[in-house]
Amino acid sequence: SKEEKQRLRKEKKQQKKSKEKKDDKESHVSSAPPAVPAPVSNSVPASEVAVATEKPTKSKAELKAERRARQEAERATKQTKKGEPGQQGATGKPKAPPSELQPGMVKRLSEHVQVDDPDVLKKLAKKLERQQIPLRSDYGYKVSLFSHLHQYSRKAPPTQQLSIPSTVIHPAIVRLGLQYSQGIVAGSNARSVALLHAFKQVIRDYTTPPNEELSRDLIKKCLFYYMNLFPLKKFVFFLINVTYRVFFNTIIFLIFPASAKKKRFAKSKLLTSIEWYIKEKIILAATAIAHSSIEKISDGDVILVYGCSSLVNNILCEAYDKQRKFRVIVVDSRPRLEGREALRRLVQKGISCTYVLISAVSYILPEVSKVFLGAHALLANGYVMSRVGTSQIALVAKAFNVPVLVCCETYKFCERVQTDSFVSNELDDPDDLIVTRKGKTQLAGWQQVASLGLLNLVYDVTPPDFVDLVITDLGMIPCTSVPVVLRVKNVDQ
Amino acid sequence: MELQAVLMAAGGGSRMTDLTYNTPKAMLPVGNKPLIWYPLNLLERVGFEEVIIITTKEVQKMMSMDPKIKVDVKMKLDVVCIQEDGDMGTADALRHIQQKIKTDILVVSCDLITDVALHEVVDLFRAHNATLAMLMSKAHEFTETVPGQKGKKKTAEQRDFVGVDQSGQRLLFMANEADLEDGLSLRKSVIRKHPRMHIRTGLVDAHLYCLKKAVVDFLSENKSISSIRGELLPYLVRKQFSKTANYEKIKDDCEDQTQKKSSTDDEVVISSRDESLLQRAQELSCWNDHRGDMSEAYHGGKLRCYVHIMEQGLCCRVNTLAAYIEANRLAPKLFEEPAVHPSSVISERCQMGSDSIIGALCQVADKTSIKRSTIGNSTTVKEKVKIANSIIMHGVAIEEGCNIQGSVICSNAVIGRGADLKYCLVGSGQWIEPEELAVCVCIYMCVCVSH
Repeated sequence: SKEEKQRLRKEKKQQKKSKEKKDDKESHVSSAPPAVPAPVSNSVPASEVAVATEKPTKSKAELKAERRARQEAERATKQTKKGEPGQQGATGKPKAPPSELQPGMVKRLSEHVQVDDPDVLKKLAKKLERQQIPLRSDYGYKVSLFSHLHQYSRKAPPTQQLSIPSTVIHPAIVRLGLQYSQGIVAGSNARSVALLHAFKQVIRDYTTPPNEELSRDLIKKCLFYYMNLFPLKKFVFFLINVTYRVFFNTIIFLIFPASAKKKRFAKSKLLTSIEWYIKEKIILAATAIAHSSIEKISDGDVILVYGCSSLVNNILCEAYDKQRKFRVIVVDSRPRLEGREALRRLVQKGISCTYVLISAVSYILPEVSKVFLGAHALLANGYVMSRVGTSQIALVAKAFNVPVLVCCETYKFCERVQTDSFVSNELDDPDDLIVTRKGKTQLAGWQQVASLGLLNLVYDVTPPDFVDLVITDLGMIPCTSVPVVLRVKNVDQ
Repeated sequence: MELQAVLMAAGGGSRMTDLTYNTPKAMLPVGNKPLIWYPLNLLERVGFEEVIIITTKEVQKMMSMDPKIKVDVKMKLDVVCIQEDGDMGTADALRHIQQKIKTDILVVSCDLITDVALHEVVDLFRAHNATLAMLMSKAHEFTETVPGQKGKKKTAEQRDFVGVDQSGQRLLFMANEADLEDGLSLRKSVIRKHPRMHIRTGLVDAHLYCLKKAVVDFLSENKSISSIRGELLPYLVRKQFSKTANYEKIKDDCEDQTQKKSSTDDEVVISSRDESLLQRAQELSCWNDHRGDMSEAYHGGKLRCYVHIMEQGLCCRVNTLAAYIEANRLAPKLFEEPAVHPSSVISERCQMGSDSIIGALCQVADKTSIKRSTIGNSTTVKEKVKIANSIIMHGVAIEEGCNIQGSVICSNAVIGRGADLKYCLVGSGQWIEPEELAVCVCIYMCVCVSH
């Protein structure tokens, strides 16, 4: 269509300029103060990014972060036709030999992946120092398979090195990071809503500095704050992290349309767009999912749930309100023991529940008629990323031929592909695994034992073979239809 | 902006009148620095850039002349002067500066010397969206003999009863022994919600509070509350569990006018923008602060008070003479400063213990022995003087052959030749006769000698 052609033309222009600037940047990699350091990887579908960069300008104040995001997207979609105009743009510049892209790309990826490499850490620390963000140091011995991830201790809070009336980072973001790291806001829906709430405060308190454009400066600031959440929270690979997707899809994506209209109303328009996003993607989606799931719950059912998923709890409460007769088995696992909270909510409603630990799941499964699971993200190859232990439940359920239904809103769908839980995950505080029984703490001196490592994983991936149905706000789909939904969503937007 | 710092420096030092009848409490030298320097330094280290100081004109004048404050303190000090008559309580002072307060506040008292990691207190305030977060510390016994007191008479300090929950962070109960008639009574609603409560008595309140702006607004409506520590804090702690505190006051984004109208019922109205969004995030989150009953996180209460109890480290409130002496002992250890100021002239045959510090522009002659003492600026110490366990303030002249033990000599005093003072307190500008022997005496009613 004509719009698409216009868009493509603009993209080509953008990419030419970005190649120029990127080459400048690569020569000053160490001196650039990026708002988005290397870890921002290629999760963004190119179309979204293209729409976000509708306004090419030649001002020197062009957003580096935005360019970086675009570059990452370009690398991701190298095979598509977007890659070709990019290449042409590159060859058009005598200063930019295409071979420079390759080592640059490798450099970025390695920073992103190899966190245990001391040089990489030093570079990251320098970058963060320049941005006045203190680097949070890793704690304890990391199991070698997961040495590429960060592991922080809850006793060393991120705010130790921040100034108290935090001026560099907006106080709402500091508060959010603190709540994330202490686990006060836990669960992907809660985190997303809290994130958007914090960013609403940021946007409210934002004033455009003189000589800056609202959209670019606001994006830069928001990205800066978001990147700071990660030393605060824990280092999570951004792509699969729901909060990143939410952040990107709301703040970054909505800033340009909002500010495209009158500048005066840009902020309020942005705020309403965020509210709309929450309402549509989280609240109404939950209602829609509950509506479709209730059809799957019949009288006399015994439903197994794992941990505390706000969506699944919502479904069960709604089903109970609609006079369905069923009982629930809540499976829980250490160290988080989130099932206790799910148990409390269900029992408060009046649903009869049984509570077991995950070690008893194969004993309890013969009684179960359905399994409802929540998800943190749904990957493009159909894998479900959820709380650690979910894949176990799905496996055992499959062995017993019990249907497994995953409930997941569409905003959690992710373009990334992953087949194991090692590549990207989150490591929680290993001291959580230590328990004191009868006054004795056996693992108290675990750091002194050379051959002992404590591993506290947060997420794991479940293959699509074990999942029978995914209930989303778009309907009930099989696990392998995730890329279809993503494609449909992209076309819509 | 996140927090505004308010430093209360108008206190009169009513419990150590011997020291403060001449010098205001905020400017008493501790470790050769004025007392007010310590909280200012704490705030500066942590990253504050502006402080509102509520004090008297006299203190303001002294502060502007004090070199230490002028040089070291880089923050912007906004000094608000109030009358010295002493009728204004700390809460009254907050009401006085209500116009200046735009956000949540951190109230510090000028007599606090501590090395606490302030983020621990503020993190409680931030993470739990608390109305009040305060700092308390384990009380230490004062082992030094207090000069001017005959015998080891322990003043009957009124005990504070502090009730905290199992995690040791949520403040459930606070009362002073003076307010409890015949027993400690706990409300059933508190016990029902928090069946396990630890009641502690050996804690000292550091008078460091993080308060929400709504509390300041509440104070401006309720003029009956005049002291933060005595009245406001127990009120807030009690209000956590009262039924009305659990009502949701849903506010839209309109500004203060609507708030004022609906807060006529004297309640602390806790609200923030996008309250519903925060509420939703909390509902969606699978976190709860307690286990074992059917209620949601925080029992649905909006008003929450938290306390951080320091187990280790220095936290000292200099409001009695004993505390003042203790502070002089401990405060120099906080900072890596040389024991002897470079501008002082110390003769080589002077024996100085490692625990002593000597201020600027001092002159210490031969054959003197200074152990575990603090000597202020511009003091002259002649030969054959023995000083042990004492605090000598600024501008003091000590003639030859004196023996000073366990004493406090205030500024500009003159100790005559051969005087022997044990556990004495010499007031400002006093003159001790030569060959005087004094044990356990407070000397401040004599003739003043001006220099």
